Amino acid sequence: MDAKEIYARLEKQFPGKVSDFKGDVSEPYLLVDGQAIIEVCRFLRDDSNLKFEVLSDLTGVDWPKEEKIQVVYHLYSYAQKHQIVLKVNLPRDNPKISTAEGIWKVANWFEREVYDLFGVIFEGHSDLRRIMLPEDWVGHPLRKDYVEQEEYDGMSTQRAPLVEKLLR
Amino acid sequence: MKPLINSLPETVFTTKVDDLLNWGRASSQWYMLFGLACCAIELMQTGGPRADLDRFGAVPRATPRQSDLMIVAGTLTYKMAKRTKLLYDQMPDPKYVISMGSCSNCGGLFQLAYSVCKGVDKIVPVDVYVPGCPPRPEALTEGLLRIQDKMMRERWLVKPSQPAEDAAQA
Repeated sequence: MDAKEIYARLEKQFPGKVSDFKGDVSEPYLLVDGQAIIEVCRFLRDDSNLKFEVLSDLTGVDWPKEEKIQVVYHLYSYAQKHQIVLKVNLPRDNPKISTAEGIWKVANWFEREVYDLFGVIFEGHSDLRRIMLPEDWVGHPLRKDYVEQEEYDGMSTQRAPLVEKLLR
Repeated sequence: MKPLINSLPETVFTTKVDDLLNWGRASSQWYMLFGLACCAIELMQTGGPRADLDRFGAVPRATPRQSDLMIVAGTLTYKMAKRTKLLYDQMPDPKYVISMGSCSNCGGLFQLAYSVCKGVDKIVPVDVYVPGCPPRPEALTEGLLRIQDKMMRERWLVKPSQPAEDAAQA
């Protein structure tokens, strides 16, 4: 199935929950309502024509001007050889979404990464800890308004400017 | 390296105890395997047959407790920096540190990143900085020879007197 047919299928199954389909890009994407993401994902995996058995990536994007954080799901089907990208918009001040861990187990680590770097809370996640940064880290570095701490655990994060001098 | 003093050849061997100790230490620097990033590949090259660090008596050890020398090779993140400090503390004295490559010297290419420590000298004392990104095996070998020079200059038996200590004893 091509992306347009997948979108049509989803629109028929979940009227009003999916929107903003964009098909003329290398990885076609569509917008999914945050409340419906779990049922949409489950349908995409279990439907005999769609069969998205792989969550190949789950990432986040910060949009400070639009006051939103996007969570992006990259799905692929080995059986049907087709792919689709789902995007969910979340409010920037309180980003919360249900976990997809129950559908694709790999979402466990992906979601921990998005939590680590963007601060998105995945409700129902079995082990929502930072995955890469140390546990006592302050802030979520991939947010555009992230400010680096002066010091981490007694180590200064500053150094006499070398690169800044060249940039000037 | 300074040769040992040998005034009566063949039968008698005279030297200074410090020189003998230093000669032994400098000729068997066991370095800790501490590859953090791409510099580790050059470190392996240096230990390999072409550059061959073994000819200076330098052999890799897998544990800090057997090591005299730590070669920090690669990008040091804050998470790793804590572990580096711990490993350094576990090494027995006398111990030396080579900072290998731009990343461990100052953060290098990644110094503006949030997670990268701006140089290994922020957490442990460094004896020799080897520049390069990554340094060639020849450069690291040069660094090791500089450490040997430093080792040969150490004085263990005659310590410079420390005024505060003397005052306390008196």
